[in-house]
Amino acid sequence: MNTLVEESKIFKVSRRDFIKSTSVGLSGLMLGISFSCTDSKKLLGDPNARFAPNVYISIAGNGLVTLIAHRSEMGTGIRTSLPRIIADELEATWNMVKVEQAEGDEKYGDQNTDGSYSVRMFFVPLRKAGAMARTMLEQAAAKEWNVDVSSCKAKDHEVVHTSGKTLGYGYLAGKASTLPLPDEGTLKLKDPADFKFIGKQFSIVDLEDIVTGKAKFGMDTVVPNTKVAVIQRSPEAGVGVKSFNADAAMKVPGVTKVFKIDPPGFPTAFNKALGGVVVVAENTWSAMKGRKELTVEWEKGNNADYTTSTYIADMMKRAKTKGKVRRDNGNVDKAFSESTKILEAEFIVPTLSHASMETPTAIASVTGSGCEVWAPVQDSQNTRKSVADALGMDVKNVKVNVTLLGGAFGRKSMPDFVVEAALISKEIGSPVKIVWTREDDIQHDFYHSPSAQYMKVGINKDNQVVGWLHRSVFPPIMGTVMSDANEPAGFELSLGMIDMPYVIGNVRCETHVAPTRTRIGWLRSVCNIQHAFAVCGMIDEIAHARGVDPVQNIMDLIGEDRTIDFKTFSEEVANYNEKQEDFPWETARFKKVVTTAKEKSNWGKQLPKGSGQGIAVHRSFLTYVACVVEVTVGDNNKITINKVDYVVDCGIAVNPERVKSQFEGGASFSTSIAMKSEITIKNGATEQSNFHNYLIARMTDAPLETAVHIIESDGKPTGAGEPPVPPFAPALCNAIFAATGKRIRQLPIKLA
Amino acid sequence: MAIFKLNVNGQTKDVDALPDTPLLWVIRDNLQLSGTKFGCGMAQCGACTVHLDGTAIRSCSIPVSSIGERSVVTIEGISDGTTLHPVQKAWIETNVPQCGYCQTGQIMSAVALLAKNPTPTDQDINNAMSGNLCRCGTYERIKKAIHSAAKISAQ
Repeated sequence: MNTLVEESKIFKVSRRDFIKSTSVGLSGLMLGISFSCTDSKKLLGDPNARFAPNVYISIAGNGLVTLIAHRSEMGTGIRTSLPRIIADELEATWNMVKVEQAEGDEKYGDQNTDGSYSVRMFFVPLRKAGAMARTMLEQAAAKEWNVDVSSCKAKDHEVVHTSGKTLGYGYLAGKASTLPLPDEGTLKLKDPADFKFIGKQFSIVDLEDIVTGKAKFGMDTVVPNTKVAVIQRSPEAGVGVKSFNADAAMKVPGVTKVFKIDPPGFPTAFNKALGGVVVVAENTWSAMKGRKELTVEWEKGNNADYTTSTYIADMMKRAKTKGKVRRDNGNVDKAFSESTKILEAEFIVPTLSHASMETPTAIASVTGSGCEVWAPVQDSQNTRKSVADALGMDVKNVKVNVTLLGGAFGRKSMPDFVVEAALISKEIGSPVKIVWTREDDIQHDFYHSPSAQYMKVGINKDNQVVGWLHRSVFPPIMGTVMSDANEPAGFELSLGMIDMPYVIGNVRCETHVAPTRTRIGWLRSVCNIQHAFAVCGMIDEIAHARGVDPVQNIMDLIGEDRTIDFKTFSEEVANYNEKQEDFPWETARFKKVVTTAKEKSNWGKQLPKGSGQGIAVHRSFLTYVACVVEVTVGDNNKITINKVDYVVDCGIAVNPERVKSQFEGGASFSTSIAMKSEITIKNGATEQSNFHNYLIARMTDAPLETAVHIIESDGKPTGAGEPPVPPFAPALCNAIFAATGKRIRQLPIKLA
Repeated sequence: MAIFKLNVNGQTKDVDALPDTPLLWVIRDNLQLSGTKFGCGMAQCGACTVHLDGTAIRSCSIPVSSIGERSVVTIEGISDGTTLHPVQKAWIETNVPQCGYCQTGQIMSAVALLAKNPTPTDQDINNAMSGNLCRCGTYERIKKAIHSAAKISAQ
């Protein structure tokens, strides 16, 4: 989502980007494949030959294809899906493909793995990259045979002539490398009917390494002579050390140095070290143990009295008063005065923490000539720039190696922890690994904003919804960077509030000031979390007020098949950085996921007392998702989620298996949001510290069964990582209402 | 610092560590076996699960000085390097992992469960696995894979 702040450099394929890469190395991978080599079937070429028509592809004389995964792997399967797109157009054989992770470098185009746009942004460019290599291999074969290129066709790692003779990619690699790059406009992409990988189920490339423990996450990187550092950070974000005593810490065997890093002040920015007292040791345990021996006195800043309970109550007070208008259609006050029924509701979602299983960690090695880092980061280019800035170096002298990410969910889009490692390495003159403990992670996160929302709906005598007032109050993300950013931004409201699609004649959306008082960041689906919770909850309340089945109510409100023009809503509505004409808001797709969910969930089926179904539907990251949850609430208020049916229209699903896994996991991730997780801050300090008091869903909490139904589509691919989250909590709460008659308007759910 | 003689994955290793060092950090820092993960440091998440005399334990919360002669098995020790353990096979067939970070701990808990209870029910699985967190939310597939591993082992 950072792209909404920092204008994204949408990668366009151009000749400039297709610079012949010299960075692609080929390590010796022995392949158990034997090659025949006859006149009619030449497979191999000069072993030293290398054909690299663009930065993503390199083909060696032995036929091995190296494809670059330039975006970060945090569990979505992107490190597999993007290379599969290239391989499909390249007509490569998958067992002849090796995937290599790119370092952070602008030459690869956008690498900020965030906002669920990796496939959306790169689907066509990577197809073109593959098609370019394929076209040149066909041209090389045509030249070799002295025939017209139209009689040569690439298929399964060979070019086949109409006569039946073939030449292997290895044989052709050296020859293709001497040809001029074709014009982008002349490239022919495959007919989707001929896709051999795209749209087919496949396993991720790291699967076996993960289950054998060989996979290397950030925490697992080994660099010789690396010290380990932990930092004691101020409970209040961004303030500094008044004084500290390291005598006891220095007595812990293995501790080599204790020193302080100055704070950035508040706001902290996304990419600056928080500061604090650093303990450096020969090993992880000595560093942790040494830190426990520190005594530190902290400065007090402007947020020393920040307490979320009173802050949220204040936000709600303001939410009930007239605010700054962000969308205004018709005359909502008049509509309310003419209504026969008025509904009012207040919604609260607490502060949330990412809590990825791998805490932030990085290795940095600063030398006289530059800095090399190894880190699990979502945005390797911004990491590179941030480290360079912090060290006062040219970015050219900073190298960022991207490891696997042990979860991220938005946390690792912020490179602050890598900057910490770089500053420490510079100070101590050796490589260092920064380790965040779980306590560090929970207490010094870039949190999901706490929010208060007020909604008012008017229904007229004809049982039509005529007025919709929605006020949303939360500290904005940009408040982490700029102190004058103290009210929700248009891009945040476009995540589920001002893009509200229902046909209601009079709509007004408003916000209030809410200063950011601790670090706020992006959490999986961002403001869609609170906005979908309120909007989809309110839609269900409307259904009951109207006395209409909730599915029918949604169909009534969404209206006829059409393309919505956001500009009729508000100038502020953004479409996930895409033009409306490229990714229009289509009500027919919205309706299709609803009607499919009705069918797949057996909506309206007879359920025992204490059980119920709830539905929510939401478009986020350009993907349409309907979610039906079936729940049982036991006598002791124990909530059992029996079944979740997700229906997803994400255009072409490049790997349907991984789309499904994102939604299955999304249901569990959202169960945490709905039922378990809450960060509270008191006098500037986070009260939770680890998984015993910051709760996330365990196997015993998670849905018993999640069925994911993907709508067949030849549309442009859209997001899959974040869209599972927004509709889940409201669908669950709507189901609890159906089961018990209790309305839930505050998370996490507390039934007792 | 002190020298401890440990039996890890069938081999005897001398390690030099502070006596209160959690087994996890000895495994990771001294023995450089990085398949065992750090997640919480207080036995809440299970990412650090290893076997101590066949029982699944949280290596982040047991000091190296208390291990003695008991056998420690990590994820690197459950298969011989050529054939995967049935649980690992089931994990691959079921495409369980997403980010993968917690999965070695999940697998170690599942292996210990199946060694004691070759045909666990869903409830048995819940009981044995609820100490292992997965933030990506792969629980349904973990359950499926354990049932599937039970079948593979029975063959």
